[in-house]
Amino acid sequence: KVLNVIFTVNLTHLKMIEDSAPLFIREQALNPKPQGGFNFENWHRNERLQNEFRAKGISSNLPKVMLTGTTICGCVYKDGVVLGADTRATGGSEVADKNCEKIGYIAPNIYCGGAGTAGDTFQMKKLVSSQLDLLRLSTGTQSRVVTANTILKQQLFKHQGHISAALIVGGVDCTGPHLYNIYPHGSSNKVPFCTMGSGSLAAISVMESTYKPDMTEEEAVEMAKEAILSGIFNDLGSGSNCDITIIRCSGEVTRTRGFEKPNDTKLLRDKIRHPKELVVPSGSTKVLESSFLKYIDVQDVTAPEPMMI
Amino acid sequence: MSTEYQILSRDQTKIHKLTEKCSLLSAGCRADMDALWKVLDAKMVMYKYSIGKEMASPAVAQLLSNTLYYKRFFPYYSFNVLAGLDENGKGAVYDYDAIGSMEKKEYSASGSGTSFVIPALDNLIGFKTRTEPKPIRSVDECIELVKDLFVSIGERDIYTGDAIEICAITSAGMKTEIFQLKRD
Repeated sequence: KVLNVIFTVNLTHLKMIEDSAPLFIREQALNPKPQGGFNFENWHRNERLQNEFRAKGISSNLPKVMLTGTTICGCVYKDGVVLGADTRATGGSEVADKNCEKIGYIAPNIYCGGAGTAGDTFQMKKLVSSQLDLLRLSTGTQSRVVTANTILKQQLFKHQGHISAALIVGGVDCTGPHLYNIYPHGSSNKVPFCTMGSGSLAAISVMESTYKPDMTEEEAVEMAKEAILSGIFNDLGSGSNCDITIIRCSGEVTRTRGFEKPNDTKLLRDKIRHPKELVVPSGSTKVLESSFLKYIDVQDVTAPEPMMI
Repeated sequence: MSTEYQILSRDQTKIHKLTEKCSLLSAGCRADMDALWKVLDAKMVMYKYSIGKEMASPAVAQLLSNTLYYKRFFPYYSFNVLAGLDENGKGAVYDYDAIGSMEKKEYSASGSGTSFVIPALDNLIGFKTRTEPKPIRSVDECIELVKDLFVSIGERDIYTGDAIEICAITSAGMKTEIFQLKRD
């Protein structure tokens, strides 16, 4: 008699693949390709590492996330919606991008400004934009702002606030001009005007004192611009220029990058007599060692004779 | 002067004149900077009246180092740079950490924008990694260089901006100038 020894092994992460299965299925089992969506495998390890570093007093070198510590604002006027944004992206206390674009395209009649983690806002805008694209193809009608709002808030709620994206969605559809603001945890409000980002307090104070219902386009643009400028000068996370996007009920959209540029460095630098050593002449840095490696063997290959049929 | 993302003041000076030939520049916690300045002022007045003359810069440098180390176990959260003329009339820059480690240098920086400006100073003033001979600069050239450097720091550091106060100490005396920067 043969003794049958039974092993219980946790093989839930492996699939039992027969040898007779096609090669590509066997390869997939051995080298699982990364699937779409988020991968939270490293979350526990990162948390543990951070706690350990903190306990030992070592400064952790976990990658810094680029934030659009930002001022964005939106407002509905008589014939449409105006969105405004500053253009500074920070990583910690350093300015990572002096002129980044925070208002993104969602649909021909809907645009969205994003504050928070730059990667998150960009991907959220891309996601909702492509989903609305498909929806337009299947329904054959113009996208509605409320659809963009619903898709975004459901996505953000699903991730329980881990996607750090605070958005202002504004646009015009068949039911009129609309503006929504959406917070990272998934709540949203339908509003006549709003601001988001680290400079939101500076900007909302300007909007609250100058807003009135049914403004003209000039008044609305002026209000949005002043709100953003207030954020630029009074909030350290916002700076550089002001971008304005106007979406009109007529369907016309005007996107102005650098609508107002109050922080042109050229004016400042023109006041200074630069030392000539700023221009480093060629040969200034001593070459200590140089070596050359043959990287490619360039060969002349004559084209083969075309095959005669 | 700022906290996190808010500006608390756009015109707080970080330079404190100690003698006609010596200035202290501090960065860090405002309260500790003010306390340190007061303590130093008091000590310098006492020196002046007991010894009979103004304190010379190397002596001030040592005094600052000792004052900081005195609070080794509850430090002044201030990162100082002392700039002045020594007894021979030559320029001297002393760099300190929070507990008084002193080093005499040709140039120095401290504060949130340090990592942006030290490489530029190494290249333009220390003339490191440059094969040309180091130029001898006049006071005005140095002032223009400092303005240019600060414009660059202001671009990339959110805490640096509004205005800079430049204090030039020469044998002729102390000259202060304020140069406006970007306010964003």
